[in-house]
Amino acid sequence: MEAFDKMMAVLTHKRCVNCHPSGDRPRQGEDSHYHNFGVQRGENNHGLPALRCQTCHQQENNNFSGVPGAPEWSLAPIRMAWEGLSRVEIARSILDPEINGGRTLEETVHHLTEHELVLWAWEPGVDANGVPREKPPVPKEEYIKAVKAWAEAGAPIPEE
Amino acid sequence: MKISFYINGNAHSIEADGNTPLLWVIRDVLDLKGTKFGCGKAACGACTIHVDGEAVRSCSYSAKFAEGKNITTIEGLSAGDSLHPVQQAWIEEVVPQCGYCQPGFMMATAALLEKIPNPTDQDIDDNIVNICRCGTYYRMRKAIHRAAEIKNANI
Repeated sequence: MEAFDKMMAVLTHKRCVNCHPSGDRPRQGEDSHYHNFGVQRGENNHGLPALRCQTCHQQENNNFSGVPGAPEWSLAPIRMAWEGLSRVEIARSILDPEINGGRTLEETVHHLTEHELVLWAWEPGVDANGVPREKPPVPKEEYIKAVKAWAEAGAPIPEE
Repeated sequence: MKISFYINGNAHSIEADGNTPLLWVIRDVLDLKGTKFGCGKAACGACTIHVDGEAVRSCSYSAKFAEGKNITTIEGLSAGDSLHPVQQAWIEEVVPQCGYCQPGFMMATAALLEKIPNPTDQDIDDNIVNICRCGTYYRMRKAIHRAAEIKNANI
């Protein structure tokens, strides 16, 4: 289960979970505090009508302001909330078509290994004080290999 | 790099490092000083402008992203000589104290009213998160409601 361990070490990291909250407020920072300014999910996961994610977050990190950015910057839908779930529960949820938006395993692997917003986790830029953000504990290429190996093995989820 | 866009209805092409915050292009290249630098961290909202009608913090918006976009600053908020409802309401309610943050608030409010024509106090609290060091929030809240009245009456 080495592949599963590596994959979940990434998916449970704050760079992922901060935008997979269980409520309607994103989290931010290394301590996963609620997003400043009372930012909310909004109806389409892109923020409120006049305080959208893109009011501040653009297509790439801004190293002058320290505001992170990537294409399609938004919250994961509430059905994809990971905050508070165990790694087994997260793994089950990403395989469940009712939760994952009807993705097949192949499409899930594609999302996990190629989506620019997911891969942003390894290029998280600097914060408002110019301090580099923490990256996930597994290098990107190693993570991608682990996800593919896990999927090729039939996407086994351990009993924990 | 060359960057072309419309600002307040006028076409402009400028040469700039694409990563330059649009705020500095607006202020230093185009000499439109109404948009203010506050925190430089996309936190205070003093630099708020509209990009294709959406409120954006220009201190954290790279100039290269403006390519082909319609930019509106406080100088272009009104149409011709008539005041925008937000400007009219701001005058009626005598909102500004020092005034520095007000262009950002007014641009944020104008964007809000396009999305929510009759905002509640909660809508205002949730969507207008700019910062005013003078504490003019109470008058701004009244002005936002008044701006909604004016705008809806003009439709």
